[in-house]
Amino acid sequence: MSKKVIVPIGPQHPALKEPACFSLTLEGEKVLSAVVGVGYNHRGLEKSCESRSYIQSLYIIERVCGICSHSHSTCFLQCAEELAGVEITRRAAYIRVLMGELERLHSHLLWLGVAAHLIGFDTLFCYAWRDRELVLDLLADLGGNRVNYGINTPGGVRRDVTPEQIQDILSTMDILDKQLAYYVELALGDTVLAARLANVGKLSKEECIHFGAVGPTARAAEVNYDIRKVGPTAAYAEIPFNVITDTHADVFGRTVVRVLEMVESVKMVRYAVANMPDGDILVKFPRKVPAGEVVSRYEAPRGEDVHYVKANGSEHPERVRVRAPSEANWHGMAHMIEGDYLADAPLIIAAIDPCYSCTDRAFVLNNNNTGEQQVFDWKQLRQYSIDFYKKEHGFDASKIKIAEKKHF
Amino acid sequence: MALSLFNILIFPGFLFLGVYSLAFEYIDRIIYARMQNRQGPPWFQPLADFLKLVGKETIIPEDADKNIFKALPIFAMAAVTAAFLYVPITGVNSLFPFEGDLIVVLYLLTIPTLTFFLAGWMSSSLYSTIGAVRAMTQLFSYEVPLFMALLAPAILAGTWSLSGIAAYYHANPLWILVNIPAFLVAIVAIQGKLERLPFDMPEAETELCAGTFTEYSGRLLAIFRMAIDAELVVVAAIVAAVFFPIFVANAWLGFLIFVIKTLVVAFILAIFRSVMARIRIEQMVIFCWKYLTPVALLQIVINIVIKGVL
Amino acid sequence: MAYPGKITKFAMGHLSKAPATRAFPLGELIITPHFRGKLVLKADDCIGCGLCERDCPAYAIKVENRGTKENKDFHVTLNLAHCIFCCQCMDSCRKGCLSYTPNVQLAGFNKDDLIVDLTEEWKAAQAVSAEEAPAEEAAVDEAKPEE
Repeated sequence: MSKKVIVPIGPQHPALKEPACFSLTLEGEKVLSAVVGVGYNHRGLEKSCESRSYIQSLYIIERVCGICSHSHSTCFLQCAEELAGVEITRRAAYIRVLMGELERLHSHLLWLGVAAHLIGFDTLFCYAWRDRELVLDLLADLGGNRVNYGINTPGGVRRDVTPEQIQDILSTMDILDKQLAYYVELALGDTVLAARLANVGKLSKEECIHFGAVGPTARAAEVNYDIRKVGPTAAYAEIPFNVITDTHADVFGRTVVRVLEMVESVKMVRYAVANMPDGDILVKFPRKVPAGEVVSRYEAPRGEDVHYVKANGSEHPERVRVRAPSEANWHGMAHMIEGDYLADAPLIIAAIDPCYSCTDRAFVLNNNNTGEQQVFDWKQLRQYSIDFYKKEHGFDASKIKIAEKKHF
Repeated sequence: MALSLFNILIFPGFLFLGVYSLAFEYIDRIIYARMQNRQGPPWFQPLADFLKLVGKETIIPEDADKNIFKALPIFAMAAVTAAFLYVPITGVNSLFPFEGDLIVVLYLLTIPTLTFFLAGWMSSSLYSTIGAVRAMTQLFSYEVPLFMALLAPAILAGTWSLSGIAAYYHANPLWILVNIPAFLVAIVAIQGKLERLPFDMPEAETELCAGTFTEYSGRLLAIFRMAIDAELVVVAAIVAAVFFPIFVANAWLGFLIFVIKTLVVAFILAIFRSVMARIRIEQMVIFCWKYLTPVALLQIVINIVIKGVL
Repeated sequence: MAYPGKITKFAMGHLSKAPATRAFPLGELIITPHFRGKLVLKADDCIGCGLCERDCPAYAIKVENRGTKENKDFHVTLNLAHCIFCCQCMDSCRKGCLSYTPNVQLAGFNKDDLIVDLTEEWKAAQAVSAEEAPAEEAAVDEAKPEE
């Protein structure tokens, strides 16, 4: 009978790019049970949108996620535009799709690199990120920034695509085509890679539906669900593509789905560039949005992204709710890790392409009996932390001065 | 006496080993980087890393036994340096050859792995403990095929001395072709011994932070890393002596040939490291016992049969 | 065909190729032409309407009148530590007097250096270009790509 130990992965760990804590109970190298602890990264994004105008909120929403920034801002704008009764031009819709698919390429290449790095395959990691750099250069030139492109604006897009940029895009897509074909060959043909990825982090079709998994995680288990097909927005209805599904239902399947999705994305980018209609890119968007509430969906690289906006007729949204795709994928995480080896845990965590800070939200719990809310204000929180350190570590923190917050 | 001291401390002993292992680390890293289409480190990077670590504060965990914690890196370095003295460098003969030094060298090279295990165990940290257990599990998997792969040529040569083996294959170079399976087994097992990809589970960065060395810092970590680099040189030198029987009488030319041979081994090891993903510990155990050991065993049988026929 | 180390041939091919990365501080910094860097202001056209300030999501830009009500002297200050380089202010400006430069290396050792007065900066640049040869002016123009 071997001893059980609890190994914490996180909050600070080389495998995690953002803080989160996974407590794994091990027996030998096998994981008996896992506890997922997120919540280290709350940024108050939704709240800060409420005190800003729609244009300002857009840039907050764009920074929900560092990788799928375009998806979030598009999803938010779909809500805002529907509330304001504004319809974007077709050219703007095509440019949004173009950016969205380039973003998918960059996100999936990033994931491929991270997954390769987690299993120690740094050579593949370097190639994937080298190719991602090509996409990032395109995005920087089209949008103006490498990750938070800032191309979206209420009522359309801020920048047009020039013929020279189209040439750049097409030549980069040629390079990517060749590289992606090689990655497909490699993913299917390297036995060491297959030995590490196959039968790891299983989540069957039924479990995917039960836990509400979205995106490549669900599609790897034959869940044929893609918002681009199910409820197309922007110009997705006009662009032909296949929804990639796989039967493996494990990390290997997720890899295959992502790599093949990139191949589809390259085709979509080519189609969008070739069939881009002429016309304006921007229609006027009112400062004050009529009252109402809207839910909008968008297929981010990581899965289904849901935004909810409630307007009250003023310049500011009254309530914004962001359901990032990682939030849907967390629920099955403990189930995926349990029963696998410790060595696979970082890989399984990474396989949903998690975005920790996108998902962290604060809740206020109301006590139904007393009507009390248990919320700390700033002073109480500080007092609590001082007491905590005194009790747990015998360290008096009350003398530490906190700098005054200043804007200018 | 003075010459012996010079040999032990300067060439080909401690100082040369130190400088050569830093150069080896650079070559290993630059090949690794170039295969990944990266720029790679500048030539002084290993030395800079070493000096930086030496200058850093050394932190010892409260629960660890301080004396053993401090002594372990020095043990590792000493064992590797001692092993280097029995490897042929400038010619067929090593510095102090004797019958059976192959066994001594192989056992001396086991000591660093044991110190890694103890270092992890002594650190009394979760990650290091798991790393230590993995290092031990790994030792039991690769050690047997590695020993057999190096002993098979010795059986054919009819001697347990590295210098004797080198001399035998220098005299009969064609027999080395018989040992090709043993060479392949040795190259794979060495990756396990040096805890390099695909067998770097004991210090798998993305799972266990730094594995056995998680709690080590400063000067102690610098010595440990130096020992690992030196181990690479020693192992490459052994492989070069046993499997590449090219020797000349001239000491300077012999040294040049030694450098070329070890570089070839380093190149092979670097390529091996670049193209593999890290496998799981249980996959490694299965692989070593299921594939490596039978091949090494077959090699020994073949060599015994050939020896009998001769 | 599946075998271990399938990437070997591909990776070995890169041994003879030039690396894709560069040793960063050495050599030239390549930035795509439409990259949004530090803002510059054409202070002559600025009417001090404050639309940029209104739309700035990071509250980084600030317009203030340092003169009197009759004799206006607008100063636009930008806090580079807060600026997220979205250039919304550029889009909001009705006069088109804000534009971006490809200048992205803005780190410094002093926090106060990060708060820049764009109006003063423009005046200084004007003084320099008035003194020096017209060739200098062309170079300054080149550094400010038009949208």
